[in-house]
Amino acid sequence: MTDIKAIAHQLADTVKQYRADYIEARLEESQTSHITYRGKELESTGKSTSRGGNVRALVKGGWGFVSFNNFEDLPAKVELAVRQAKLAASSESQLAPVEAVVDTVSSNLARNPVTVPLAEKKRLLDEYNDIIWRTPRLQTSIIGYGDSHKKVIFVNSPGSYIEQERADITLRLSAIAAEDGDIQQVGLSLGSRGNFNSIQGLHRQVEQMSKRAVELLSAPKIKGKEYTVVLDPVLAGVFVHEAFGHLSEADFVYENERLREIMVLGKEFGSKDLNIVDTATTPDLRGSYKYDDEGTPATKAYLIQEGRLVGRLHSRETAARMGEKPTGNARALNYSYPPIVRMTNTYIEPGTLSFDDIIGDIKEGVYARNWYGGMTSMEMFTFSAGEAWMIRNGKLAEMVRPVVLTGNVFTTLKNIDAIGNDLEMNQGGGCGKGGQSPLPVSNGSPHIRIRNCLVGGS
Amino acid sequence: MERVLAQARRVAEEADVFMVSSEETPVQFEANRLKQLQTKQKTVLALRIIKEGRIGYAATTDPEDSQGLVSNAVETARFGMPSRFELPSPATYPRVEVFDPAVEQVPIEKMIELGEELIDMVRRHTPDIVCEGGVSKAVASVRIINSRGGEVNYRKSVFGIGVEGNLTRGTDMLFVGEGQSSCHPLLEPKVIAGVVLKQLELARTRASAKTGTLPVVFTPDGVASALVPPLMAAFSGKTVLEGASPIGNRLGEVVFDPGLSLWDDPTLAYRPESRPGDDEGVPSQRTLLIEKGIVAGFLYDLQTAAMAHTLSTGNGNRNRGGLPAPSPTAFVIAPGSTSFDQMISDMKEGLVIEYLMGAEQGNILGGNFSGNVLLGYKVESGKIVGRVKDTMVSGNIYQVLKEITAIGADARWVGSSVNTPHLYCPRLSVATKT
Repeated sequence: MTDIKAIAHQLADTVKQYRADYIEARLEESQTSHITYRGKELESTGKSTSRGGNVRALVKGGWGFVSFNNFEDLPAKVELAVRQAKLAASSESQLAPVEAVVDTVSSNLARNPVTVPLAEKKRLLDEYNDIIWRTPRLQTSIIGYGDSHKKVIFVNSPGSYIEQERADITLRLSAIAAEDGDIQQVGLSLGSRGNFNSIQGLHRQVEQMSKRAVELLSAPKIKGKEYTVVLDPVLAGVFVHEAFGHLSEADFVYENERLREIMVLGKEFGSKDLNIVDTATTPDLRGSYKYDDEGTPATKAYLIQEGRLVGRLHSRETAARMGEKPTGNARALNYSYPPIVRMTNTYIEPGTLSFDDIIGDIKEGVYARNWYGGMTSMEMFTFSAGEAWMIRNGKLAEMVRPVVLTGNVFTTLKNIDAIGNDLEMNQGGGCGKGGQSPLPVSNGSPHIRIRNCLVGGS
Repeated sequence: MERVLAQARRVAEEADVFMVSSEETPVQFEANRLKQLQTKQKTVLALRIIKEGRIGYAATTDPEDSQGLVSNAVETARFGMPSRFELPSPATYPRVEVFDPAVEQVPIEKMIELGEELIDMVRRHTPDIVCEGGVSKAVASVRIINSRGGEVNYRKSVFGIGVEGNLTRGTDMLFVGEGQSSCHPLLEPKVIAGVVLKQLELARTRASAKTGTLPVVFTPDGVASALVPPLMAAFSGKTVLEGASPIGNRLGEVVFDPGLSLWDDPTLAYRPESRPGDDEGVPSQRTLLIEKGIVAGFLYDLQTAAMAHTLSTGNGNRNRGGLPAPSPTAFVIAPGSTSFDQMISDMKEGLVIEYLMGAEQGNILGGNFSGNVLLGYKVESGKIVGRVKDTMVSGNIYQVLKEITAIGADARWVGSSVNTPHLYCPRLSVATKT
């Protein structure tokens, strides 16, 4: 089997020989393993390996993209990408300038998670599953563990050659309780940039999760209406990702005149205390990297500063077309996809308030924690809490059934009127866009309070 | 593949080998213009073994690497689940047509033209709309062989065409869209444009609903986005086996409205989800799930069926070449006899839901759905009066589908895996911004 390095060096020459405005190629080699439990038993375990690559060419604003598992006759693949780009050509190519770079970035891990012995992984998951099953009135459990390690080599016609390694771990546990046809579940999602130690020692959290699933059986449903809502750092992280992160991805805006008008830099979206950041430069988070999949160095991008829109996330093309600087946010799920503008690690910067300050003056409200998921259509978004409690007279009161919350980006961010001092990053999420899912990202926030937030209910 | 099987048999009692190779050509439009042409070639080779009674599994994209594949499968078999099933012996498969050579032969230029026509039709109606669109063709070959001599082998063609439009006025955004796929080429963009133009017409004006309880008509898209995900979870044999399905122990009982019938059908001709056999070589069959309101069956793969002391329904699916798990192919809800117009004219005050965003993100196991009405309309005195916004609806399918006012006469495909009529439900909880 030919080493992908040797193939990459060949390709680095090949991409310079074709007539196009720009050509790049990515080659990838990866190993993954997974273990799932359904109920008491380990349900499935497996190991996979994958090798593939792609070539992307740009001619007069049109892109051609060819992906493959089969490494034979690469010049023909470059030629096909160029031919396709020519067919799609219509205007003028624009790419923000990025210096060509030659670099090697290793995953810097003491242990590749894929090679951690299965017996060791199983022992840990067995411990967690035992805790779940010790909980009375529990119906069943689902555990999904997955890890991966990959090496990606990027070359382009201006002469970049970048080799990057990364590892990733995800763990999702669910406890499911049932009674008289009523089914309730609570989940716990974790992730890490390949460090197996980070998913160890969760025994207490797993126990709490399981008890909560049973408690939900006797929890009442909330009445659907507007509430003052307090979000924990995990759910607030999902909120900032859905409510604002996606709207700040420039590929949605750059060719839509009307959107460019409403997303003009300087526009007020929130109060003076609101600051939102996306950055791939923080070490050891799941969304972190040194270079994105177009070879652009990662940056720390402020999206909102003191309540005003100050930046957005770019690929080289969107940056050029909007006359802004590239931010290094062009990412591809794997070699079968072209890079598109994506978030990395997105968070609300901490403020000064304690949790008690935040809930202290709420007469009736909802404290929503943990997540099931979130979605956005840009203007409107929904995000769902895994657990919820009523807040009455400034204190946490009874637990209620999980809630789905919704908002409108142009009003809901303005309704954030309290920001906590307790920023936490959540690594358990994955992001989907344009059929590329789940992409490793992380989200974070301190506790936040939102006035007049619409909550679905009976 | 034969080599992999032979090598696996030397170290394990049983084995099956699954291989899918595909080539896909998507043509993408962005901001009303052609943006990107793609060609994607993909191969996945997966090996499942049963060694000392336990299941091992490995996959690779490199068909030459049979040794690595076998050794990975052996490594995982030490920890794998005890196997409870027998791999299928040679069987007779139903004739299911899923390949039309015409798909491969549609020239790229024609695909570009189709996409341009579709976007033009939408823009002629609403000039300031910004459209994204796609036209794609794909051909895949699937082969499964096992150590008992079982073998399935077929080719499939899939053609898809779709458009999504964004209309922004001030900070108000409207999203409309439609897409269809088939094993035949889809060369009539007019049909798709027609659906989008109707959405644009109905959403032209704004209306508002009040917090409370209202009757609701779910359009086929509405049914697929709100009601289908909890149904799919409930009818999975795996969920049933674990006791996590609310209807798991109600086989033969009336749980839903007597007008409601639902089945899974992988044998429909020229549908993208159809196939002669499932991904573990079990012949395809139509499986009745709800018959006139009565719970009639669940969906199984080999292992889950064996554990539940029943037979596989041919629903063993391998997501991206992974281990098989029971999942639906094409969910079909039987049409009724009421037209959409009749439903609307019957309503004094109510909602029409085209798309419920976020509905599948709650406790779907329990049957709950709750989401933002991303596209939906208000009905007053028997007429659609405009689009609603900032509106959430919530419900539970075991209440909502227990009593249905009317079932639509026309059913249609939503995506490739749901075929449903409109459903008219008497009451649903609605919350709106004041």
